[in-house]
Amino acid sequence: MTDPAVISALTAAYPDVVTSEFRGDVRAMVPRESLIAVMSRLRDEQGYDMLSDITCVDYLRYRDATDRFGLVYLLVNTTTAARLTVRTFVNEPDLDVPSVVPLWPGANWLEREVWDMFGIRFTDHPDLRRILLPEEFTAHPLRKDYPLQGRGERHNFPVIRRAEA
Amino acid sequence: MAIEIPENVVVSRLDALASWCRKNSLWPMPFATACCGIELMATGASRHDLARFGAEVFRFSPRQCDLMIVAGRVVMKMLPVLQRIWQQMHEPKWCISMGACASTGGVFDTYCVVQGIDRFLPVDMYVPGCPPRPEQLIQSIIDLQDIIQQRGTIRGVEFTAAARQQPKRALIELPILGDVRTPPHHNGPIPPATLASGKDRA
Amino acid sequence: MPLAPSTLTGTSADQAREDYVWTLNFGPQHPATHTTLRIVLKLDGERVLGALPDIGFLHSGFEKIGEHLDYNQYVTITDRMNYISPMANNVAWHHAVEKLMGVEITPRCKYVRTIVAELARISDHLLCVGAMGLDTGAFTYFLYAFYQREVLYNIFETLCGARFTNSYTRVGGAMHDITPLVVEMIRTFVKDFPKTLRDMERLLNRNRIFVDRTKGVGLLRREEAIAGSASGPIARASGVTRDLRKDEPYLSYADFDFAVPCMTTGDCYARYLVRMAEMWESLKIVEQAVENIPAGPINVGVGDRATLPQKEQVYQTIEGTISHFELVMSNRGMEVPSEEVYGAIEAPNGELGFYIVGDGSDVAYRARCRPPSFIHFALFPQMILGHTLSDVVAVLGSLNIIAAELDR
Repeated sequence: MTDPAVISALTAAYPDVVTSEFRGDVRAMVPRESLIAVMSRLRDEQGYDMLSDITCVDYLRYRDATDRFGLVYLLVNTTTAARLTVRTFVNEPDLDVPSVVPLWPGANWLEREVWDMFGIRFTDHPDLRRILLPEEFTAHPLRKDYPLQGRGERHNFPVIRRAEA
Repeated sequence: MAIEIPENVVVSRLDALASWCRKNSLWPMPFATACCGIELMATGASRHDLARFGAEVFRFSPRQCDLMIVAGRVVMKMLPVLQRIWQQMHEPKWCISMGACASTGGVFDTYCVVQGIDRFLPVDMYVPGCPPRPEQLIQSIIDLQDIIQQRGTIRGVEFTAAARQQPKRALIELPILGDVRTPPHHNGPIPPATLASGKDRA
Repeated sequence: MPLAPSTLTGTSADQAREDYVWTLNFGPQHPATHTTLRIVLKLDGERVLGALPDIGFLHSGFEKIGEHLDYNQYVTITDRMNYISPMANNVAWHHAVEKLMGVEITPRCKYVRTIVAELARISDHLLCVGAMGLDTGAFTYFLYAFYQREVLYNIFETLCGARFTNSYTRVGGAMHDITPLVVEMIRTFVKDFPKTLRDMERLLNRNRIFVDRTKGVGLLRREEAIAGSASGPIARASGVTRDLRKDEPYLSYADFDFAVPCMTTGDCYARYLVRMAEMWESLKIVEQAVENIPAGPINVGVGDRATLPQKEQVYQTIEGTISHFELVMSNRGMEVPSEEVYGAIEAPNGELGFYIVGDGSDVAYRARCRPPSFIHFALFPQMILGHTLSDVVAVLGSLNIIAAELDR
């Protein structure tokens, strides 16, 4: 569904962009430095006007993985219904990624969720707060080194008995 | 000595009479958070019709309710809200924990789901199921009515002097989630030091 | 920074001018939110000057569980995601999983999944418009809607044994084949439902109170909808002609004749009308599909090594025995590539997709859900600006926010 001309134009303009395909999903691996440039180009010149989703994968225990965190941007062209997946990788300790909120306002909450769950900081984000977990929470639970049952946060509450209240 | 009682008079204890009145006019507070809430709606809606058991007056203000039905999982961020709503309800009050999630955490054995609200709240009735069918919820309300009739409600809890002289717990600020000071899987009551009004919050 | 009312008030210079502005906490336990969400509203009298949503009151770690349950087990969790149309979630999850594994399901399974997904769409829209009517003062309307939901619950219960936590689909097939009894029930439903739908349209479509409360309220323009990633009925009510059933035909949608209702006004009334019209279209799809279910098996064959073979095959053929053995052994299981895919379907609420990372084992390394409710609720603050407090419930009702999908 993705137009091959889009991919060739992209790789011609940015030689360090690597593309791949699996079951019809075209992925473009973009270095973090040129992320905003590539995204603006895709939006303004190639018609990818909708950002469907932003998510992240923690490759801590993934076989043969070289980078810790991989960000996933799913783009959609609403006219031609073409899709494109843009990937970028970041490693600790430098987890700053430029925010795409200036390009797509819908990225606001999605980036907040990635910050909440993975601890990836989006620079220039207008309101980077935790969104799903309480502000007092200290961990980023979707990282692979955080246990499924948590670290006891769910039991840290006062108990109310029948007689009181 | 015998007292003459006319034929159309029934003698009862005041407690039994009050309990009978109360059990047949339960006003539920639907604390519906998730899937079970839809079944709770179905219980109140046309086919199952909770009105047959005198418990159809759903009130969303805790001040007007005497039965809290916790339907759905309760997570870390919601538990302080649940506790505050429970404290705002007037005595006598009862609590039904509807569904596996509210009772035990259900399939959600994760970092943020409270593993059973009975760890932090008194619960009178558990309804199993994920989610329970409306018939099960109706049965639990009938069973709760039996309990109310048997145990009585005039215990004077709401009138004891000591309880009245304390400030209402609802007015004291509950600590929200602080840093984890208690050991993991701590089930008992939290020591009073951590119950200090939330000044130490970040 | 904890969310406090003071977050909304500006600097002290503004504060002097805005002394009359007051802050209202809406939720998290409020009847009109239906679910657990909180909005801090900044009001001038009744006019909304600003809204600051606070969510996460039902965050239960769905995506973390997805990394610990295998591809068949996780379907039970997806049931509890959008719990007013769980069948659509089941179909979405296994659609993505089968895309990852490269399994092509049988034509019969495609039809059956299409039927249940469309019935789920009807059931979702019924609750959404019913609750919207309830919030704007039409209680009878809600009872009409809920009665038909009970009929749908019966169909699903006969099909898979549970009223609404169905867990119906499996990798490469379904839990049970569809039975003649279910087909008969669906036929009866298709025959009876138009009467209710017409009744509902007569009750509310031209009802003065309802129209006044929804028309022109909660405007979402086309550009805002696209920039804000909206999808589904909400985007289509704003004039975005995008429907995955037409754009990327999955299952057997290419076989059916149906229209995609769209409107351009983008207000609450348009969203209501789009949902009502979509129910008619879903009914058309179900009617066509249920009369044309192809014969054949519902699960893929033993060659794909995705579903457990029939007991007769296990006992009587060597392929069946081997396939069963390999699937149930903990060190074998399904063949999953170490790859990543994104598979999406048009769920009742919008584009519901799963981004799955496979690592060779039969447990997903990462199972990300693209939740339409989450994305639509992010649009809420800009939609409510300038409207009154009573419009908050109308806008919330028209967005159909499901907390379990919002927070996961």
